[in-house]
Amino acid sequence: MSRVAAVTVAGAGFAADLSGALFWERERLLVVSDLHLEKGSSFAMRGVLLPPYDTVATLDRLAAVIRRFDPRMVIALGDSFHDRDAHNRLCAGDREALSGLQAGRRWIWISGNHDPAPPSGLGGLVATEWEIGGIVFRHEPTGAFGEIAGHLHPKARVSARGRSMERRCFASDGARMVMPAFGAFAGGLSIRNGAFARIFSADFTAHVLGHSRLHAIAASRCS
Amino acid sequence: MGIADREAQPLLPDGFLRWFAARGWSPRAHQLALLRKARDGRPALLIAPTGAGKTLAGFLPTLVEISGKGQHLHTLYISPLKALAVDIARNLETPIAEMNLPIRVETRTGDTPVSRRQRQRRYPPDVLLTTPEQIALLLASDDASFLFSSLQRVVLDELHALATSKRGDLLSLALARLWRLAPQMRTIGLSATVADPHALARFLAPQPRGKTVSADIVEADGAAAPIVEMLDTSERLPWAGHSARHALTEIYDLIRRNRTTLVFVNTRSQAEMLFQDLWRINDDGLAIALHHGSLDVAQRRKVEQAMTAGRLRGVVCTSSLDLGVDWGDVDLVINIGAPKGASRLMQRIGRANHRLDEASRAVLVPANRFEVLECRAAIDAVNENAQDTPPLRTGALDVLAQHVMGCACGGPFHADDLYEEVRTAAPYAALPRADFDGVVDFVATGGYALKSYERFARIRQDKEGRWRVANPRARQSYRLNVGTIVEEAMLKVRLVRSRHGGGKGPTGAIARGGRMLGEIEEYFIEGLVAGDTFVFGGEIVRFEALVEDQVYVSRANDESPKVPSYMGGKFPLSTYLAERVRRLLDDERAWRGLPHQVREWLNLQSRFSRVPHAREMIVETFPRAGKHYLVCYPFEGRLAHQTLGMLLTRRLERARARPLGFVANEYALAVWMLGDPSSMIRQGRLDLDALFDPDMLGDDLEAWLAESALMKRTFRSCAIISGLIARRFTGAEKSRRQVLFSTDLVYDVLRKHQPDHMLLRAARADAATGLLDIRRLSDMLARIRGRIDHKPLERISPLAVPVMLEIGRETVYGEASDELLAEAAEQLVREATGT
Repeated sequence: MSRVAAVTVAGAGFAADLSGALFWERERLLVVSDLHLEKGSSFAMRGVLLPPYDTVATLDRLAAVIRRFDPRMVIALGDSFHDRDAHNRLCAGDREALSGLQAGRRWIWISGNHDPAPPSGLGGLVATEWEIGGIVFRHEPTGAFGEIAGHLHPKARVSARGRSMERRCFASDGARMVMPAFGAFAGGLSIRNGAFARIFSADFTAHVLGHSRLHAIAASRCS
Repeated sequence: MGIADREAQPLLPDGFLRWFAARGWSPRAHQLALLRKARDGRPALLIAPTGAGKTLAGFLPTLVEISGKGQHLHTLYISPLKALAVDIARNLETPIAEMNLPIRVETRTGDTPVSRRQRQRRYPPDVLLTTPEQIALLLASDDASFLFSSLQRVVLDELHALATSKRGDLLSLALARLWRLAPQMRTIGLSATVADPHALARFLAPQPRGKTVSADIVEADGAAAPIVEMLDTSERLPWAGHSARHALTEIYDLIRRNRTTLVFVNTRSQAEMLFQDLWRINDDGLAIALHHGSLDVAQRRKVEQAMTAGRLRGVVCTSSLDLGVDWGDVDLVINIGAPKGASRLMQRIGRANHRLDEASRAVLVPANRFEVLECRAAIDAVNENAQDTPPLRTGALDVLAQHVMGCACGGPFHADDLYEEVRTAAPYAALPRADFDGVVDFVATGGYALKSYERFARIRQDKEGRWRVANPRARQSYRLNVGTIVEEAMLKVRLVRSRHGGGKGPTGAIARGGRMLGEIEEYFIEGLVAGDTFVFGGEIVRFEALVEDQVYVSRANDESPKVPSYMGGKFPLSTYLAERVRRLLDDERAWRGLPHQVREWLNLQSRFSRVPHAREMIVETFPRAGKHYLVCYPFEGRLAHQTLGMLLTRRLERARARPLGFVANEYALAVWMLGDPSSMIRQGRLDLDALFDPDMLGDDLEAWLAESALMKRTFRSCAIISGLIARRFTGAEKSRRQVLFSTDLVYDVLRKHQPDHMLLRAARADAATGLLDIRRLSDMLARIRGRIDHKPLERISPLAVPVMLEIGRETVYGEASDELLAEAAEQLVREATGT
């Protein structure tokens, strides 16, 4: 059983990974979106004491996927930090883990609405978008041809015979893609929400992150 | 004053005696007994059947004692239902007015206007009637000691219903607080008959360290023994199902021949179905109504009023009518389907005929053959007056966390003092200090091993070491989220015109608005796809769309709904009734008391396989239509069987039996697989003793809990009750869809990084008895150890037919998450290729 599914965006071949990361073999590029680091402590600041373990959980998963693909370059597709001050709350261990992941490869922080100005002191380059061979990586999807974006946290609900389940998914129609959120505490938005209809003109496919493999399901069949 | 002098004093003043006489009554023995307990300063538990004048008995000491100085709260009355509090206030008006007593009675519920609530704090009434949540709120205010220091008495109504839930935990902690604020306060508990009155009586007295103390128990004279019969149907008894449709005309006939009949069923969907069926044959146009918890409130009130006014001939209802409020002259109770528990059945029967001197009449209508056995066992239990109410709880940690926050809102506290106070509450009497400190730590900073939230603390210690609320936000959040009832996420159901019929084509927009039919559980709707039909509001409807928190449905012409909405009742078969059913099966002479059809069924089973003995479990294995089945009969209720099914499929997977799914009912569990268990057992590749070994409650259980949706639901409710997350945010209530994070994700992360966290422990404690019923499963596995009898069969046995028929009707379980997704993906391929 394969942990990855082949997905084409604007003619380029990608591997959608079960972890929610996207790998471009040709460029040895790994893309992850919406890490939302320090979301737990962000809620804690406002009186909701969510467990402070989301950052370490997210970085552990990121480390595992980087170990598997050994990318030359990593793009964090925006909303990497849950709020503007989140990077200051990273504990020493998490900082160290992060710089360990960056060692020996290029690292791009794309800015997002949660982190319009990602920290410059954490290693890596900061950019509002990045383009490689006609493919544009940006945080908020515009629906442009050849665009790979995040922001919406797509999830799909699949029902059959009175049972149903909800999972994160990649959403793509072959011309553009919206990536699932990677962060441990990042919630989701149903792909039946109007926000997706504005990006994909016709029906699109949800590559649903199952238990041990991905499943390609037409968005119109999800609820 | 010596004891003899006190005895000589009349318990009731002249005015009261005259009032009793004027009504042609005389005080009942238990009413006098409660007056005596009150005079002697003793807490008391009154055990009495419905209709015994329980409420008046509970209030007599208060009515006698209040002399009219006023301005101080004398008595608190606490009931589980606000409707009951309002009802009781009305009932108290009569004696107070007729005897011209100088007593002011007021209610305080969520509906009480703010102005009156404020007035009640400054000028408290003599008697305040309220709910456990309102007491918690009053205690969390800084004028609590002013308000309660004069308190003489707390009357707890329907204590049997309150004490066995988390609401009971919260109430017990409130009592502990009240005992501290008002040491002179004594309790009176009012309860239906319970299995262990002594345990319940502990609830009513402050527990000293290292000892147990109980309130005095007063038992009212029993009511006339009820007359309970099982419907001896002339129709063919179904093998499975819960609708009792076979007996429909017989049920209708019973309603026709009686003045007012309450027809109890176990679930909302059964109520819907039966109501619809009854109206289909209602040629006499009898006034038959429907009442269940998810109907629109206005509609429910209308039914209740018509009922009280005596305008109805029948009401089809669920446990929404189980408790309290008096619905007038009911002369027959019909219980459809499984009684589930002996005490539950007795309380339902008590709804018929509120007059003690006449016997209540009830007819049980079993919906299938197994339910005949259960009904027989229940009738025997009723005749012996045997009770099977659940035991007293060990207080939950999430509820304690809520209480600790409430205490801080009421004023600063020393941990040592609060610990001693909490332990006077019976459910928390054995609470270890470390657990208490863990809860305080949780309330303060989340209780995490990683100490990074000190600066976000909700409560903080001052220089004297007293804990104080750290910010107004924490206080407000407590006030908005008090209580232990975590409701299922519900969606509003609206009836609109079908977009299929209207000529607009399948993509036409849904007409918004539409008549409101009621509310439905979100998780049920999530399992539907557009076009699926189900029963709701007494009719078959088609699911059209879900838009935000509104479910749009249209009328469907289908004969039967496509998606079964039977989700099982809330309560599983009681351990006690299960034991009785097993004994009944074991005793062939007792079969004579069963209907002919059932006897024949059991005889057939004896010849073909075996009827299980009381202390063993039989496992049957047989092939059928290309698959192999394993059916066992633990009789431990659907919830425990579901958990067993989840764990067995894991083990069968490892044994390479390739299990595909399972279905459980109250009595049995059927697992189907590709492998052949008969030959695997014969060849020694599968060992039944090992398969059912209690060690499945170790690693296998842990592994399953990591993913179980039921466990995540349990965790979510602990997170809400403990105050970790809010069910209501300031301003408007947000639906779960809009909450900005998912508790499922929190569960996953916490489980991995701090598996011994207080909230996970609380969720596990709930899982032992709640949706997963693990404790019962564990007891069962111990009971059948070394007593499993394997019957390899050529084909399905008569006893297995009922559970096998559930396949397709009940939700089929399996952990096959990927299979479900794969199926959806394949269907797409078929559609695309036109095959």
